[in-house]
Amino acid sequence: MNDRKDRERKGNVDSTQPKPESTAALLRELVAHLRENRTQLREEWARRITESKLLTAMTREEIFAEATSVYDNYVEVLETGSVEALQAYARNLSERIIPRGVETHEVLGIVLLLRDVLARSLFKKYQGDFALLNAVLDAYEPAANRIANTVAVGFVQERERIIRQQQEAIRELSTPVLQVRDRLLILPIIGVIDPQRARQLTEQLLRGIRANRAKVVVVDITGVPSVDASVANHLVQTVDASRLMGANVIVTGLSSEIAQTLVTIGVDLGKINAVGDLQGGIEEAERLLGYKVIMTGEAPAVEPPRP
Amino acid sequence: MRVPILKQRDYLIASIQSALSDEDLLQLRDDLVQQVGRYRSRGAIVDVTVLDVMDSFAVRTLRAIAHMIRLRGAETVIVGIQPEVAFAMVQLGLTLEDVATALDLEEGLAYLDQVKKAGAPHV
Amino acid sequence: MSSADEAAPGDAVGRSVITVAIRSAADIVAARQEGRALASRFGFDGSDLTVIATAISELARNILEYAKTGEIRLSPAQKGGRNGIMIVARDEGPGIHDVPRAMQDGYTTGRGLGLGLPGVRRLMDDFEIVSQIGKGTTVSVKKWVP
Repeated sequence: MNDRKDRERKGNVDSTQPKPESTAALLRELVAHLRENRTQLREEWARRITESKLLTAMTREEIFAEATSVYDNYVEVLETGSVEALQAYARNLSERIIPRGVETHEVLGIVLLLRDVLARSLFKKYQGDFALLNAVLDAYEPAANRIANTVAVGFVQERERIIRQQQEAIRELSTPVLQVRDRLLILPIIGVIDPQRARQLTEQLLRGIRANRAKVVVVDITGVPSVDASVANHLVQTVDASRLMGANVIVTGLSSEIAQTLVTIGVDLGKINAVGDLQGGIEEAERLLGYKVIMTGEAPAVEPPRP
Repeated sequence: MRVPILKQRDYLIASIQSALSDEDLLQLRDDLVQQVGRYRSRGAIVDVTVLDVMDSFAVRTLRAIAHMIRLRGAETVIVGIQPEVAFAMVQLGLTLEDVATALDLEEGLAYLDQVKKAGAPHV
Repeated sequence: MSSADEAAPGDAVGRSVITVAIRSAADIVAARQEGRALASRFGFDGSDLTVIATAISELARNILEYAKTGEIRLSPAQKGGRNGIMIVARDEGPGIHDVPRAMQDGYTTGRGLGLGLPGVRRLMDDFEIVSQIGKGTTVSVKKWVP
């Protein structure tokens, strides 16, 4: 690089070109260098990954394949420096490797290793000129650190999103809306309900009313120990929303504690058709639907409604 | 866009086809009330299946329709409120409290038949 | 009527900030349709789209009813890696005298036909209101993609 300055002084180099010291120009230069040497640098990186016992869930071939695309992306982000490209890169990487069981420390580890492999390559290239080396590192380090940071944060956020999704799926599975008879739905609720789950239950129920053309819904809360004011409100909202869809709601298993909560928040219990237990609730529902239950001596038989 | 109103036996059916402006809703109110009077209908059904939002104005107007039609001796049923819409409505605190609702057109007609027969709703 | 769309700084998708002037009933429909479309692009689905559109409708109605004119501004929101939508309803109307009273949550006391602000708060995840007598009111709400 010194001879360049000499050449500049001698007028052999066009001095309207940007000075090599400018960050943008330096970045361009080192990006070019990283691209020229990509094969060898990639291999070195893959080797160091294996040495550090990272990505143990993947085979060497898989690691090398990932290394190729990650390397190219990394260099491109260095070049463009764009925030969107960075975040897209992080998201893309996370989506590919999370299903493979890669851990957070591994992701950060491999990105830092890449940063180091590339840094050392730059050391080697510019070691003859200390001032220039410093300038190159001044250009490289912030960019590389930003990449590492964004990747780590992006990975963690993607993980959290997946966990939320899984929790949602579990919640859905754990509360089936049952069709027991024609036009009659039963929604047994078990356990503690949080506002998010309450909302999900309501949505499931309302969709169930439409799908099953239900006219009566029995919501059994025998298995619910207690509710807070917000969930109690939600219960009332569920009753009202069901009614808007033309269905009647019978609430069974309403403990005195929950009844008290409802009264405390000002719910008019007269609005709620409450029956003691689930069996009683189903009978009441059948009555509403026009079924008549006949006692034949043993078990009650159910006579369908007259047309 | 004027909401078409069909006559079926002694009922009127207003099927909303697309998103309604405030004026369209008010026009529907006037049209329905007028036609209930003209045809001496016993009941009116307003089908809101297509509406993806029911805000306070829509609810106010539907209740006004039901009240005005009741003054003419007829019963109104609102049918087709979608799950998401019902959910948003109750969260907002909007109720159709004194207006009958049913799942769909078929249920709405069944309801009106019951009212005619018994003089009071069954389910 | 929507104003020209602007790109938020650092935003790759460009037109994701939309402002709708509220001057007539037709603008209410425009605001909630824009809101629904934008929310859909941000990743909201079914039920949430209706909830968002309904909240926008109510906020726009409040503007029209109490301030005559104002605007609804829709933009992306971000918090701890979660994406969402932000809706800001701003007017230069008379302002609200008793904000706490207007915000009194009482689903059971049925304030559905009033300002509807407690209802809007229930529909949304984050809710903020600033109001000054004689100056105007700004309601900012956010909803997050689950």
